[in-house]
Amino acid sequence: MAATETAGWLGANLSFWAITILVLVSAAFTVYARSIIQAAYSLFFTLLGMAGFYVLLGSGFLAIAQVIIYIGGILVLIMFGVLLTDRPIAAQTSSLKWTYAAASLGTGLLLVNVFIRIILSADWQPASALGEPREAIAELGHVLLGSQLLSLELAGLTLLLCLIGAAYLVRRREQ
Amino acid sequence: MKDFLQLMGSTTATPVGLEAYLIVAAALFVLGLTACIARRNAIGILIGIELMLNAAVLNFMAFWRFQGSPLDGPAALAGPVMGIFIIVLAACEAAVALAVLLNLYFNFGTVEVDMVHEMKE
Amino acid sequence: MLNEIELLAQIIFLLPVAAFTVLALCHHRLPGHGDLTATSVLGTSLVLSVAVFLAALHAPDNILVNISFPWLAAGEASILSGGILVDKLTAVMLVVVTLVSFLVHLFSVKYMEGDARYGRYYCGLLLFTASMLGLVLANNMLYLFIFWELVGLSSYVLIGHWFEKKCAADAAIKAFITTRIGDIGMLIGILICYVETGSLEFSEIFAAVHTGVLTGSLRTLAGLGIFFGAMGKSAQFPLHVWLPDAMEGPTPVSALIHAATMVAAGVYLTGRMLPIFDSPTLLAIAYVGGFTALFAATIALVQDDIKKVLAYSTVSQLGYMTLALGVGGYAAGLFHLTTHAFFKAGLFLGAGAVIYAMHHEQSMSKYGGLWRKMPKTTACYLLSTLALIGFPGFSGFWSKDAILADVLEFSLERGHYFLPLAGFVTVMLTAFYMFRQFFLTFTGEPRSKHAYEQAHDVPWQMLGPLVILAILSLTGGGFGHWFEEMNPKRNALEQIQDFARAGVQTPLVQEARFKSAAPRAKDLTPAARKTERVLTKHAESSGELRHFAHQTAMILSTALALAGMALAWLMYFQRKTGKVAFEPGRLVEWCPNIHRVLLHKYYLDELYRTLFILPLRRLSSFSALFDRGVIDSLVNAFGYAGRIGALAAEALDRLVVDGLLVLGLARASSACGERCRALQTGYIRQYLLFTLVAVVFLSVVLVYLL
Repeated sequence: MAATETAGWLGANLSFWAITILVLVSAAFTVYARSIIQAAYSLFFTLLGMAGFYVLLGSGFLAIAQVIIYIGGILVLIMFGVLLTDRPIAAQTSSLKWTYAAASLGTGLLLVNVFIRIILSADWQPASALGEPREAIAELGHVLLGSQLLSLELAGLTLLLCLIGAAYLVRRREQ
Repeated sequence: MKDFLQLMGSTTATPVGLEAYLIVAAALFVLGLTACIARRNAIGILIGIELMLNAAVLNFMAFWRFQGSPLDGPAALAGPVMGIFIIVLAACEAAVALAVLLNLYFNFGTVEVDMVHEMKE
Repeated sequence: MLNEIELLAQIIFLLPVAAFTVLALCHHRLPGHGDLTATSVLGTSLVLSVAVFLAALHAPDNILVNISFPWLAAGEASILSGGILVDKLTAVMLVVVTLVSFLVHLFSVKYMEGDARYGRYYCGLLLFTASMLGLVLANNMLYLFIFWELVGLSSYVLIGHWFEKKCAADAAIKAFITTRIGDIGMLIGILICYVETGSLEFSEIFAAVHTGVLTGSLRTLAGLGIFFGAMGKSAQFPLHVWLPDAMEGPTPVSALIHAATMVAAGVYLTGRMLPIFDSPTLLAIAYVGGFTALFAATIALVQDDIKKVLAYSTVSQLGYMTLALGVGGYAAGLFHLTTHAFFKAGLFLGAGAVIYAMHHEQSMSKYGGLWRKMPKTTACYLLSTLALIGFPGFSGFWSKDAILADVLEFSLERGHYFLPLAGFVTVMLTAFYMFRQFFLTFTGEPRSKHAYEQAHDVPWQMLGPLVILAILSLTGGGFGHWFEEMNPKRNALEQIQDFARAGVQTPLVQEARFKSAAPRAKDLTPAARKTERVLTKHAESSGELRHFAHQTAMILSTALALAGMALAWLMYFQRKTGKVAFEPGRLVEWCPNIHRVLLHKYYLDELYRTLFILPLRRLSSFSALFDRGVIDSLVNAFGYAGRIGALAAEALDRLVVDGLLVLGLARASSACGERCRALQTGYIRQYLLFTLVAVVFLSVVLVYLL
């Protein structure tokens, strides 16, 4: 009994580490890649890794949403943006400002250090029973259309307005 | 160090805890912030913002999973719900930001933020 | 019953808010740019306010509604709450604000007709009214402060309504900045209250004062700070300079904001927070009020602009109210606030009618003989003037008499003879300058034939408000006893302890104490009973004193007002021969210096210019020079140092395993050195980086060092 449980945690922990490495490395590459298109490709792995985290944390639905919306929607949109606005490779300067990259990395490391210090020193009150919370998609639907209905509607409305606004912004202007 | 490793789940007796997720999220957030600072390209900045948003979702999810009662009570399913809202808002933001960028590109021929300083004296 | 009042209060506040939103979004689509919408909404609010007022009239308790709700929760420790407070004072203020605002809305329909920004004007009025209602309904300092600032903002917008005129734009900025200076004091006071008591609600702050949590010099400081805010809004010396300039705004705005409601907000605040002020603070308040009353009245003597006279008169009357509150005359001060709102709004709207009839001519030297052309306006104006100077029987008589009696009594008990002296001299000055204005405007021969020929009485939309306000000026004195009842005083035992502890004593506290103390005598401790016996003896003599003060004040103020009127009659009323009995010019020749000083408003604007504005400019240009000369070379030096450091670091980089961090820091310092030369680059990324550095610095300090 105890052995199977340990084995179960082992699998989860290993996946956590694997995903962490994937996410952080690809995110670092996203940040420090020389060209913006490389960064966009690298973002794909970061987003995928995040979906993996959500699975580990027990919400398969959010993982699917992440893959469909983030990777299928937002990332593709970003790539379109890159392709539509990029100048020929020859004319490119580095998309990175090295002084700033270095400075922000230095301070960023310090900040992470501070964060870790804070996180480790906090007295977290863990959940009473650390089971495996498996959300049922039906329940999620009840929550979204029940107590969170107003937020859901507002989010939908915002999305609609943003799309209209975006379409309005890029419309063909009469000369 | 040993405590740290334990928290990180290196011993298989305990699962990876809240702290580990929070630290990953913090690192991701700082990476996103770095991208916002270091990138010349406006799309790069947008990517940085996406990273920070993802870090936020990860925080929400981790707290939901490890704190309180995840499935009932007032905060039932708060993590996935917040995640969904954030993803929706990220989509909104990306759409509007790219529309603005395209306009910028049409008007200035570039999306490098340093080149756009028409309002600067 | 009480829930209904809660609901009514919310509706009263939300109606103008809703109307403002609608007008702000689509006033150009509404008929008449929404003027009638705004007016009718205010009319509804007025009716509801009257309902609340009537309910409060018959309510047994002072406080009808006091609810709080969590508004902003930051963690569990500090929760800022919002809330609504309706007590008798609020009920009166609601009626005053909605009534005057409604009349001003109505009046503006004609007065602002054809204005280029008609809809925007009504938006401003609605925003102002909504904020003012929010201000009087707030049950805590936070809400009060928010609405206080909103009131200031809408005042800024309305003063600068004709912003094409440079003087109007300047006046708006001056008003905003001067009141902001006061608000800093207020914010400090609020923060002290919050830190010391952990709450911003009035009731809890007062409780903390009584239990001695907020005491000593901090209490004095908090009181002074809050009063400093009130000084800014209520245009008390030395922060009064903005109010006369604010007359650049449209006249109905002056009536609403700079006569009846907003400037009264400071007095309202002082009255609301009265329990927090300790004895020295109250004395300071009294002196500021008394001095302002006298000071502004002397300036009003020589002004030529019809609105400027009214403006200085307003400052002077606000001084009266402050003086009353300072000597503990809570009832008298707030009573005068109410009556003043009516007759001063009447005067301003009357002046507006005159200005309208004379085609926006504001100089009294161009007026004269207008009563033949506009008899109805003249009659209304006369009634309001009589109320202002405290002519017997008019509302102003009762309220001013109450103030003067309180001041006289205070001074007979405790000295400080300047206060009654200022009060009584101001009575005479007020009568003089008001009748000077009245005679110059409405009687005698017209001095500008052309404008006179075209003058005409005003349409009903303008006359109606005038008539209503004139009637209220005549009858408003009937509310006096009402204010006596709504003293925010605590129970008898606490007061006696308070008295025994601090030696604080004001006539009104005393009176309230003895009204309520007697039936509770058995609750008192022996020590308190002994104190009480002493006090009772004192109170008997004090009752006589009060009676004496009342009689004296009444007789003296009437006599002085009549004397002032007579003087104005002699100097400015033209006989049939076209001559006056005593030429004012002779007085000017007799003492030209005084005249010049008064005409220039004691050179205060010039003084402020040399004292504050010019040094500030000089300081700015000096620091710019310093920045360019010293700082920049320093920064350059650092930049070079940073570069050298960067070079060294690059060399080290190959040796040190952790090279990236070192390189980063070196580069960062190099970049900082370069960039610091011109901090203001406009690159967002740079600001972001600075923010990041600051956050990291602060959190490192907080996490590792503290």
